[in-house]
Amino acid sequence: MIEPIVFRWHQAEITAIAPVTPHVKSVRLRCALAQTYRAGQHVDVRLTAEDGYQAQRSYSIASAQDGSGTFELMIEALPDGEVSGWFSQCADVGDRVEMRGPIGGSFSWDGPDGGPLLLGGGGSGVVPLLAMLRRRAQHWRAIPAALIYSARTHAEMIALAELEQLAATDPQVSLHLAATREPGGKRIDAALVAGALTRIGAPGKVFLCGSNRFVAAASDLIMAAGVAPGLIRTERFGA
Amino acid sequence: MVTRGFVGRRQPSETGARLPPGQYLTDDFPILQIGPNPIVDRATWRFTIREGSRPIKAWSWDEFEALPRTTWHGDIHCVTKWSKFDTTWEGVSFDDLLADAGIAAPTGFLLAESYDDYTTNVPVADLVGGRALVATRYAGEPIHPDHGGPARLFVPHLYFWKSAKWLKGLRFTQTDTAGFWELRGYHMYGDPWREQRYIGD
Repeated sequence: MIEPIVFRWHQAEITAIAPVTPHVKSVRLRCALAQTYRAGQHVDVRLTAEDGYQAQRSYSIASAQDGSGTFELMIEALPDGEVSGWFSQCADVGDRVEMRGPIGGSFSWDGPDGGPLLLGGGGSGVVPLLAMLRRRAQHWRAIPAALIYSARTHAEMIALAELEQLAATDPQVSLHLAATREPGGKRIDAALVAGALTRIGAPGKVFLCGSNRFVAAASDLIMAAGVAPGLIRTERFGA
Repeated sequence: MVTRGFVGRRQPSETGARLPPGQYLTDDFPILQIGPNPIVDRATWRFTIREGSRPIKAWSWDEFEALPRTTWHGDIHCVTKWSKFDTTWEGVSFDDLLADAGIAAPTGFLLAESYDDYTTNVPVADLVGGRALVATRYAGEPIHPDHGGPARLFVPHLYFWKSAKWLKGLRFTQTDTAGFWELRGYHMYGDPWREQRYIGD
């Protein structure tokens, strides 16, 4: 008998907030939910106005579980974003929101699930993959991992310094960047995928997250490179 | 619990009345699924109704396309909080499927089964009486594989995860049996108007 999962709303308090790119803020929150989650999962966040009006959105967790009782979200300010706009313009340390989760068991990873890990992120879709790489760096450094990361520009790449540092110091991690809107930039292509596969060998797990266009392109390229569809897990946002 | 400084973007009242609680309106058609699109070829496509493990009736694509057609127009609601208004879907109603199979529903529940091994449970009472289709056309065109084509279940009064993409069959079950997301904390029924997103809602 599987124990049913029940997602209840919990209070969460912002303990730190800081910009990480021109459009993305790192938001660290103290919440009971931070005790148990898997890298790759997301939470639902609910904001309530004075008159009781509420809005909810889902955000991926960027941190790996660290026993601090807090976790980190990376929130991109969307044009006209009802919830992301509050985080980008109003939120401050000490503010409280509500959360429930963690949600998304099929798009999650921990060391015993094995590898090698092939990760593909488009834009803020890199956030759950960052959590996986952070988890791996805590306890599972023997598992090879490659991250293909596509964003408009290098300046808009989330946690780029941390990712570059990881790839420079950990021989089992490789980073494959595509800056789509820069001069001489490119989109994810067969060569980028081949480069990642050369570094890690045949992947045991593949996680892809980003826009529909990115995830569809990455899935097709990875399957064309001979990876079985059943290994691939996807999460998409927007259209 | 009030969030300091949060005002929110109220919908015009006409829009608000059509939005279930916690939903927002989108003009996009977001795509959510657990993995890549499975490759489904109409030449080998089969749609099978089973009672437990026993097949009751199967259709080829051509046979399925020859069944009576039903068109549905209205709003759809995804558990990830987007709603899309004024969508048009066409397909074969669950009632017409049973009629062509020459059966009445043998049990009160079923599992929709997909080509990517996704499953989801729906009570039969929510499928009969014109409430559900096996849809093969969206906005007048064959359904794109991104949106579950060639055929998907279509149960618009429940959250859209119940409308399984790449449908390959319906399996009647003796009891209400959790499918893929229902085993992972999602609500067994999924009524957007009661905001039944997760178990316990």
